[in-house]
Amino acid sequence: MARRWITVDGNEATALVAHRTNDVIAIYPITPSSTMGELADEWSAKGRQNIWGQVPTIVEMQSEGGVAGAVHGALQAGSLTTTFTASQGLLLMVPNLYKIAGELTPFAMHVSARTIATHALSIFGDHSDVMACRQTGVALLASASVQQAHDFALIAQAATLESRVPFLHFFDGFRTSHEIAKIEALEDDDLRALLPESLVGGHRRRALTPDAPVIRGTAQNPDVFFQAREACNPFYAACPEVVQRAMDAFAARVGRSYRLFEYHGHPEAERVVVLMGSGAETAADTAAALARTGERVGVVAVRLYRPFAIEAFVRALPPTTRAIAVLDRTKEPGAIGDPLYLDVVAALEEARATGLAPATFTPAVIGGRYGLASKEFTPAMARAVFDALTDPASRRRFTVGIVDDVTHQSLPVDEDFDLDRTRAGAVRAVFFGLGSDGTVGANKNSIKIIGEETDLHAQGYFVYDSKKSGAVTISHLRFGPEPIRAPYLVRRASFVACHQFDFLDRYDVVELAEPGAVLLLNAPFAPDRVWDELPLEVQEQILEKQLECYTIDAYQVARDAGMGSRINTIMQTCFFAISGVLPREEAIARIKQAIRKTYGRRGEHVVEANFAAVDQTLAHLHRLTPPGTTTTSRRRPPLVAPAAPDFVQRVTATMLANHGDRLPVSAFPVDGTWPVGTAKWEKRNIATEIPVWDEALCIQCNKCAMVCPHAAIRAKVYPADGLDGRPETFKAVDWKGGEFKGLKYTIQVAPEDCTGCTLCAMVCPAKDKGNPKHRALDMHTQRPLRDAERENFDFFLGLPEVDRAAVKPDIKSVQLLEPLFEFSGACAGCGETPYLKLLTQLFGDRALIANATGCSSIYGGNLPTTPYAANRDGRGPAWSNSLFEDNAEFGLGIRLAVDQHRDQAQALVRRLAARGAIGGELADAILDADQAGEAGVIAQRARVEALRRAIGGGAEDEERQRLWTLADYLVRKSVWIVGGDGWAYDIGYGGLDHVLSLGRDVNILVLDTEVYSNTGGQQSKATPMAAAAKFAAAGKAVGKKDLGLMATAYGHVYVAQIAFGAKDAQTVKAFQEAEAYPGTSLLIAYSHCIAHGYDLARGLEQQKGAVDSGHWPLFRFDPRRTDAGEPAMVLDSGPPRTPLGSYARQEARYRMVEQAYPERFRALLAEAERDAKARYAQYAALAAKPEAKGDRS
Amino acid sequence: MMDLRTTYLGLELEHPLMPGASPLVDDLDTVRRLEDAGAAAIVMHSLFEEQISREVERRHEHLEAHEHVFAEALSYFPAPDEYALGPDRYLEQVRLVKDAVSVPVIGSLNGTSPEGWLNYARLIEQAGADAIELNFYYVATDPEETATQVEDRLVEIVGHVRHRVRVPIAVKLSPFFTSLPHLARRLADAGADGLVLFNRFYQPDIDPEMLEAVPHLHFSTSDELLLRVRWLAILSGRVRTSLAATGGVHTGLDALKAVMAGAHAVQLVAALLQRGPAHLAAVRRDLSHWLEEREYESLRQAQGSMSLERSPDPEAFERGNYMRALQSWKPRVRAGS
Repeated sequence: MARRWITVDGNEATALVAHRTNDVIAIYPITPSSTMGELADEWSAKGRQNIWGQVPTIVEMQSEGGVAGAVHGALQAGSLTTTFTASQGLLLMVPNLYKIAGELTPFAMHVSARTIATHALSIFGDHSDVMACRQTGVALLASASVQQAHDFALIAQAATLESRVPFLHFFDGFRTSHEIAKIEALEDDDLRALLPESLVGGHRRRALTPDAPVIRGTAQNPDVFFQAREACNPFYAACPEVVQRAMDAFAARVGRSYRLFEYHGHPEAERVVVLMGSGAETAADTAAALARTGERVGVVAVRLYRPFAIEAFVRALPPTTRAIAVLDRTKEPGAIGDPLYLDVVAALEEARATGLAPATFTPAVIGGRYGLASKEFTPAMARAVFDALTDPASRRRFTVGIVDDVTHQSLPVDEDFDLDRTRAGAVRAVFFGLGSDGTVGANKNSIKIIGEETDLHAQGYFVYDSKKSGAVTISHLRFGPEPIRAPYLVRRASFVACHQFDFLDRYDVVELAEPGAVLLLNAPFAPDRVWDELPLEVQEQILEKQLECYTIDAYQVARDAGMGSRINTIMQTCFFAISGVLPREEAIARIKQAIRKTYGRRGEHVVEANFAAVDQTLAHLHRLTPPGTTTTSRRRPPLVAPAAPDFVQRVTATMLANHGDRLPVSAFPVDGTWPVGTAKWEKRNIATEIPVWDEALCIQCNKCAMVCPHAAIRAKVYPADGLDGRPETFKAVDWKGGEFKGLKYTIQVAPEDCTGCTLCAMVCPAKDKGNPKHRALDMHTQRPLRDAERENFDFFLGLPEVDRAAVKPDIKSVQLLEPLFEFSGACAGCGETPYLKLLTQLFGDRALIANATGCSSIYGGNLPTTPYAANRDGRGPAWSNSLFEDNAEFGLGIRLAVDQHRDQAQALVRRLAARGAIGGELADAILDADQAGEAGVIAQRARVEALRRAIGGGAEDEERQRLWTLADYLVRKSVWIVGGDGWAYDIGYGGLDHVLSLGRDVNILVLDTEVYSNTGGQQSKATPMAAAAKFAAAGKAVGKKDLGLMATAYGHVYVAQIAFGAKDAQTVKAFQEAEAYPGTSLLIAYSHCIAHGYDLARGLEQQKGAVDSGHWPLFRFDPRRTDAGEPAMVLDSGPPRTPLGSYARQEARYRMVEQAYPERFRALLAEAERDAKARYAQYAALAAKPEAKGDRS
Repeated sequence: MMDLRTTYLGLELEHPLMPGASPLVDDLDTVRRLEDAGAAAIVMHSLFEEQISREVERRHEHLEAHEHVFAEALSYFPAPDEYALGPDRYLEQVRLVKDAVSVPVIGSLNGTSPEGWLNYARLIEQAGADAIELNFYYVATDPEETATQVEDRLVEIVGHVRHRVRVPIAVKLSPFFTSLPHLARRLADAGADGLVLFNRFYQPDIDPEMLEAVPHLHFSTSDELLLRVRWLAILSGRVRTSLAATGGVHTGLDALKAVMAGAHAVQLVAALLQRGPAHLAAVRRDLSHWLEEREYESLRQAQGSMSLERSPDPEAFERGNYMRALQSWKPRVRAGS
C-alpha cells in the first residue's frame, strides 16, 4: 500500500495514532507533552473521527491527578482511553497507574519523557519520569525517533488490548517530541488491521455495568491480598511475546520491523552498548560507522523495557560480547547503579542461572549516565563509550557528555569525531533568528516543502531562549537523500544564516560553520559596508574557513514589499536560492505554493505581498567577497560588564554565550542554590525605542515606574549634593512634594534593560499643553541614546536610596522605593511583573516568596540570569519554587518555620534577659515591638543589631549561639505565595483552600491571566465566558470561577481583587493592607497577557475596560472592618458602566470567537454581561452597611 | 397601491428604500426583519481596506509574533487558521445574507488606495453580491496632494474594480469635491453605474481636560438631507449613472424629497438603527400615501421632478439661492431695542 509521507514532530506523530484509536482522552497541559492534547482537542473540535467512526471525547482536567482518575473511570467503564503527559504530571498519575495495572486494564498512554525537578526544574528530556513508574506494573515501551513514536503508539495500543497489561509508551521530550521529521503515515486500515474487534471487544466486555454487575476495588486483608496480587503473573509473563507478535504483525503489514531488543552493529561485536530512547539511534549509527572501519562494536536498543524479557535480551547480544556499557538517561543517587544497568546485570545473571545463556557468557558490565535534561548525546560521546569498553575495569561507573572535575566520572570525548560529514549530498543548516522574526516558522515551512514534496529526507530541531522577550531561536535543519538518523544538534553546518546582525556581537555564530560553508547575513548595510561592520572574530573565521558569504538587507526588502518587519519569507528564499537543496526555480515555485497555502486564507493582499518579497529577494541578495585580510580591530564586546562578580564572569557569562555545556561540575552549587541579582549583568539591548524624560513637563506622579514590567524606568529623590560629578546628560529637577522638600528628583531609564513595551509612555499623564503629542515620556530610538543613558543609569544607581521610614504609603511615594525584582525575562509589556516589582519595593527586604511553577517561576528563576535582587544591605526577597501543585502548602511551610524561629528567638530573648545576659529594656523593646509599618521594622532591625552586640558572636554559651543564629527572625518576615491562575484556580486549589482555612499569616498573590500562559494558552477555571483558549476553541461556555468571593466565605481571610492599570492606588492599598493583616490574605491581580491577543501597549486601557465593564470589579474584603461594625467588603469600582463587548472586542481571544461563531458569541457575551451585573450586585449587597439593610426591611 | 418601482444600478426594485451600509446586516435575524419590512435591497456593512490589510498586520504582530518563540508555548491560541478573521468572514456573511433574502444584495467596500484589497470586489461578487458599492472615504491631510490627484486616484480605483467585476458598481462619495458634476462624469466613464450621495464623516470631538481627540458618532437628522437634495438635483439627468441618497432620510417625506431631487434609491441607516428595521415599512407607507393623495401615477413621475434641469426655479440650487436667502434674512431682534 502506498502511504503518505508527512513531516511532523514526535508529538503529532503520536497523537495522530492515539486520537484515531481511542474514545476518551483526558488531558492536562505540561511541557513537552501539551501539543498532543492540543492536537487531539483540535481534531475532535473539527469532528475528526476515530477508526470506529466516533469523535473522541476530550476533557481537560484540573491536574494530572485528576486526569488519572478520569482515565481510570473511563477505562473501568469500558472506553478505550488515553492521555498524554510528562514529568511531574506523570508522577501525579502514579497512584492510578498502580490501580489500572493491578486491575489488568488495557490502556496505552503516551509520555514525552521529561526531567523530574530536583535541584532545579527542567522542561527538557530524560527518563527520570518514566523510571519512576517502573514499579507500578505498567509496561514501558520506548520509541527512539519520530517514526517510531508514530508506529509504537499503535503497537502499544494493540499490545495492551491483547495482554491486558497497561502500556506507557514514551519518547524523549523535546529531542523526539519536538523534532520534525519526514515519516511514513499509518493509514486507518493499518490501525484497523492491528486492532481487530476481537481485541477491542474483550476490553468492552469487562466494563463495569449494572447489566452484569461486578465489584472492583475491594479492600483485602492479610489472608488474601498477597495471593491475589500474584494472580496477575501469567499476564506479565506473556506480555513480551504479545508485544513481539504485535511488532511482527505490524512489520508484515507496514514493512518496518521492530524487536523487543534490537541489535545494530558488527555481527561479532565484542563491545556492546545498551540503551533506550533517541540515544539508541545515535549509538547505532556510530556503531555502524565504527564497524565499517573494522571495530567490533554494536548496540542493543531497548524497545520494551518492562516487562523485561531476559531471553529476548540475551538473544539480542552477539555471543562474542566481552564488555557491555549500559547507558541510563536518569540518575538514582545512592543506588548501586542506575536502573537499566541493574536490570542488565540481573538479566545476565538470570540468563546464566536458567540456561538461557551459557555459564561462560560473562561479559563485563559497566554503567554510565548521559543526556540528563536533553544534554546532547552525539556520535563523539557514543564513541567515547565504545572506547571506554576497551578497558571496562577502569570505568565501572561513568558519565558522558559533561566534564566532571569533582568526582572525575566523565569520559573524555574527542569532539572532532563526527558522522555528519560522512553523509553524501546532505545539507546541514543552522539559522540564528529572533523569536519574533518568524525564523522558526519559515524553517518549519521549508521542511514541509522539502519533506512532503520531494524525495529528500528532512529533519528540524529548534533551540529556544529562556527569555520570553527578545528571545533568540536557533534552528538546526538537515536535508538529504538518505534517511536522517541524527537526533543531535548540527555541529558542523554547511549553511549558517544569521537573521539578526546584532547576534554577531553576542554569539559565536560562525563557529558552527564548516570550512567552505555558506554564511548568509541579514545586514542593515549596503553590501560594500557589511565586511567592515563585522567584528574582528567573525572576519578572522570567515577568512580562515574560506566561507562563501552572502548578504541581504532583509528588513529593507520587507518594508518595500509591504511586509512590515516580517523577514521570514525573504530569508527562506535566500536559503533556497543559495543552498541548492532544490533547483532555484523549483524552490521559488514551491515557496510560492506554500505561501498560497499558508496565507491564502488571510487574503490576496498577504499572498501578493509575500510574492513580491520573494521576487525582490534575489535582486537584493549579494555575494560578499571578503578582502584577503581583516579590516577592523573591533572585537566582540564582553557579554557582562567587567564589574560583575566572579561567579557571573565565570559561570553566567559562559551560559550567556551559549557555552554552558562547557562548564564543569565544579562550577556549580551542589544544591541548586544560586546568587540573586544576576539579571542586571545581562544587557540585552532588545528595545528599538526607549522612553526619554522631559523633566520640565513631568508632574512627578511616578506612574511610569509603577507600570514598568521590567523595572527599567525608575524614580528617585536624593540630596542635591548627590549630583556632584553627574554625567553631562543626567537630568534632575527639584522634587515637588512636601515630604522630601529640598531633595532632587530623577526619572531614569535603564536603556539596555528596557524592552521598549511603551507602557510608561502610554500611562504618562503629563502632556505639553501646546503640543499634546509630546508627553513627559516620549519613545525615541535607543541606539543613539544607549551610551549616554547607560552612564546615566549607572550614576542613578549610585545615588542614595530614599529613607524608607519617611515614604508615605501612597502610589507616588512608594515608587521611590528600590525595586528588588528587575529586568526579568518576562514578555515585553507583561501584566504580571508590575505586581511583583511592587511587592519587592514594599516588602522585598523581608520577604520570602514561594512561587508556583508557571510564567512567574520561569521569568523569576530560569537561568542563566534571574531578576530577584538584594539591596545595599544585602537584604532582598528569598525565592523558591517547589512545584506547580503544592505552592500554597509550600508557602505555608515557610511561614510555619519562620514563626517557629521567631518564637524560639523570642523565648531565648526572654531567657537570656532573665539571666541578665541582655538588658531588660532591650528585651522588652524587642518583644513588644510594633512592626506593623516600615518604621517599626526598621527600628526593630536596629534593636536586633543591639541584641547581637549584647550577646556577642563567638560566645560559647549555647543559648547565645542559638539566638545569634535566629535573631533576624525577631524582625517581622513577610511570606508571599505567588502563582498564576492555573495554580490557584485549578491544580493547586485544594491546597490553596486549605491554607485559606488555616488563617496563618501568609499573603497569597494570584497573577490572573485567565489562562495557562506559560504552557501556551490553555483554558483554566479563570478563563472568562466567551473567550477562546486552547480546549475552549469555540469560546468558554461557563463563567469564570469567583475565587475571591469563595475566599470571603471563610470570613477570616483578607481578600482583594485588584488591577493596577485601572486603579493603581487601590492596588498599592490592597498590598499594604494584605501584608499588615495578621492572618491569611489573598490578592487576585488582573494581569494582561500576550495570550489575550492584542498589543500589550494597550494593556492598561484593557485593565480599565475590564473594570468599567464589570468583568473585573475591584474590591477589598477586610475582616478587621467588622470589628468596627462595618461590612468587611468595600467596593472600589462602580457598577458596570460600559458594555462588556466594548472591552472584549479589543482582544483576539474574544474576537476570534465572534468571527468564527457570531451567534454563539452574542449569546455568551450577553450571558457574561448578565453575570457581571449580578456579580456586582452580589458584591454591593455584601458591601452595604447594616443600617442600609435595616432601612429596607 | 401606488407604483413605487424604480431602477437602481440596473436592478429593478419594488421601491427605492433600502438599508444603507451599516452594522444592521451583521445579524442575519435583522436582515430577515429588514426584508420583512420590505427593504428593496440589502446594502452590506462595509469591508474596509484596513480590515483587509491591517487585520493581517495586527494578527501578525499580536498573535503570530509570539509563536515559535518559547519552548513551552509554541502558540497561544487554538489553531488560528480555523478562524476566518476579517475578509473571509465578510465573504461568508455576504453568502449567508444572499441565501437568507430574495432581494438584491449590494456588497460594500470602503477604502482609498488602488491596491490589492480591490481584489475583494471580485470575491464579493463571487460570494453572490448583485452589485458593489465602493465607498471612497477619504480625508485629505497632505498639503502636497492636489485635488486632481485625489480625483485621479478615485477614478483609478473605479477603473480597477470595473475591470474585476461584472456586476454594477455604485460609488459612494463625500460632498467635498470642487466640481462634483465633472467628477461624476469621469466616474461614469470609468465604469461607475451609480453614485451614492453622501458619506458622512465622523467628526472627532475634543476632550479639553485630557487633551485628547475623542471619536464621535452621532446619528444623522433630516436637516442633513438638504445637502444631498441639492447635489442630487444638480446631477440628476446630467450624468448617466443611477443616483442614491444616503444620510438624513428619516421619514417618508424625506424620501420623497430625495426622489424628487433625482434619487433612484434611498438609503436609511440612522432611522433604522434608532427605530428598528420595521421603520422602513412606515417610511414606505408614508411615501406611498403622499403620492396617492396627490394622485401621482407612479414614483417615476416624481423622480427628478425637482432636479436642476426640471425644477421651476433652478436658481434655488445654484448661487442665486445664496443671494436670495441672504436678502430674505432679517434679524429678529435689533441690537439695542
